[in-house]
Amino acid sequence: MTTDSPGTPPAPDQAAFLSLAESPEFARLRAAFRRFVLPMTAAFLVWYLLYVVLSAYARGFMGTKVVGNINVALVFGLLQFVSTFLIAWSYERYARRRLEPLAAAVGATEDAS
Amino acid sequence: MSAPHVLAASENEHRTISIVLFAVFVAITLYITIRASRQTRTAADYYAGGRSFSPLQNGLAIGGDYMSAASFLGIAGMFALSGYDGFLYSIGFLVAWLVALLLVAEMLRNSGRFTMADVLAFRMRQRPVRAAAGISTIVVSIFYLLAQMVGAGALVSLLLGTSSEAAKVWTIVLVGALMIFYVTVGGMKGTTWVQIVKAVLLMSGALVMTVWVLAKYGFNPSDLLGAAADRSGKGAAFLEPGLKYGATDAWSKLDLLSLGLALVLGTAGLPHILIRFYTVPDARAARASVNWAIGIIGVFYLMTLVIGFGAAALVGGKAIAAQDKGGNTAAPQLAEHLGGGAGTTGGAVFLAVIAAVAFATILAVVAGLTLASSSSFAHDIFASVLRRGTSTERDEVRVARLSALVIGAVAIVLSIFARGLNVAFLVALAFAVAASANLPTLLFSLFWRRFNTSGAVAGIYGGLVAAVGLVLLSPICWGGASDTLPKGNPDALFSADTVAPFPLQNPGLISIPVGFLCAYLGTVLSRARTDERFAELEVRALTGKGAH
Repeated sequence: MTTDSPGTPPAPDQAAFLSLAESPEFARLRAAFRRFVLPMTAAFLVWYLLYVVLSAYARGFMGTKVVGNINVALVFGLLQFVSTFLIAWSYERYARRRLEPLAAAVGATEDAS
Repeated sequence: MSAPHVLAASENEHRTISIVLFAVFVAITLYITIRASRQTRTAADYYAGGRSFSPLQNGLAIGGDYMSAASFLGIAGMFALSGYDGFLYSIGFLVAWLVALLLVAEMLRNSGRFTMADVLAFRMRQRPVRAAAGISTIVVSIFYLLAQMVGAGALVSLLLGTSSEAAKVWTIVLVGALMIFYVTVGGMKGTTWVQIVKAVLLMSGALVMTVWVLAKYGFNPSDLLGAAADRSGKGAAFLEPGLKYGATDAWSKLDLLSLGLALVLGTAGLPHILIRFYTVPDARAARASVNWAIGIIGVFYLMTLVIGFGAAALVGGKAIAAQDKGGNTAAPQLAEHLGGGAGTTGGAVFLAVIAAVAFATILAVVAGLTLASSSSFAHDIFASVLRRGTSTERDEVRVARLSALVIGAVAIVLSIFARGLNVAFLVALAFAVAASANLPTLLFSLFWRRFNTSGAVAGIYGGLVAAVGLVLLSPICWGGASDTLPKGNPDALFSADTVAPFPLQNPGLISIPVGFLCAYLGTVLSRARTDERFAELEVRALTGKGAH
């Protein structure tokens, strides 16, 4: 397998990948990754679909005034922006604090030996 | 055909300024492209910009690739004419980025090289999966490209105040020729820089308008909303969902759901977006660039909200609809108003600036689309399907350049023929195909151990045929009114009287589940397993080991 960017270490062969795949370090990384992204994806999709469904079927509720001319629909829409920014930020934090150290640990002992 | 007297008062002044500004933008981008071509030697340079862009640069380029004229002029116009419903579009376009961030960007960067198919075919038999992925890449990109180019033809008449068909045709040819130049000469590096420059211009233009509008209302959003609702003549309903989508019947509410689903799931399956993740050095940079993109795109859509409501409040829906019943001139008209109004120098200058930015916007998007489809043709179909992996990198890049030329030429010809048709639906269709054909295969490839070649092939073709087929049966093509479809569509592509067999304009609600189902059934009906390749893919995708 060729690599096309300078400075990339040569790729391990398939046997090495398979042994990494079975290592406990990789199992921890995989579990930590899925534990975050799968529930979070489900959550934001449900939250977004709730917004779309309410926009289609609960227009009276969405039109309720909150303050001044600002109604529930607008607040709900703005909250979608807020939740998107927050999820992106929290994933970045999680990736740096949890996933990157776990990924670095995969195969680290073999490299050292 | 009578002249529409578009923006007539300051027509002559602003037209010259617009053309000069646009020419300056073109000159700068041509210079950048030629410079980029000198640094483009290897296949990784041509396809992936040498993988050397920073997260901020790539985040801007993603924004430049994603924020089309449809999302600038179209969404602002939707706010201006239909009020709240523009929000449903922009929120779908934004939330979609979380799918790309959490499930796709880093894993794609780690395990692929140049195209979407690199990841889809990783575990599979190369030729059938690359052929399917290549076809779906080209179909999605061509749909999107046609919408942009026909839109460019329509824009020139709206923004430059000419109704001549020759002007439309020449605009399409000019846009096509420029995009072919950017892509064949500059490759990914040139295209990326065009997108970065465009994103900065678009964000700056939108920011100036936003602050200006808010200042007029003392930075009190409630006052702006009130003024927009009053001036629209629709009162409080203007600020609530429903003016555009399904005030009355059940089908149009389902249509809204269907659209929302395609928007949120489509982005992470758009090939021209996915290949942007290859232009950064590693997965961490890919993640950071998506975060930048989310920030940029989110702020941009918040600004279109202010611009659209500002146009409704300051210009008024009547004046906007008189120029273009689709509302596409709302933002330029608002610019003219803010600059001092029709007939003033300030009005002409600001209108010209915004019109030039809109054209720059189109160029950056069409270049990205041409690059994505030609890369996929060369890397997936030519090198893998036709030459079975025996071609050299040099051959591949030469074919990529040649296919950019051919795809660009085909797009020009098709757009000229389609220029009289209402092709705005093609953007939503591109998202629906991406969500139905590409996303199921992409997610199953990355997350489902049992997935195999026949599942991948069935998922791509099943989702593609379902999405395109349903649109061919939909009210977009058949305009007849009936009990269930009380609103006929006189602009239908095939017939204005025949009733559409499928009642929804947006196929996503059906075609996305069909795509997932085909991928599932194709998998379980075949005994083939790819467990070892899956294990390798997972390690590569999550750790970045062996990444290109």
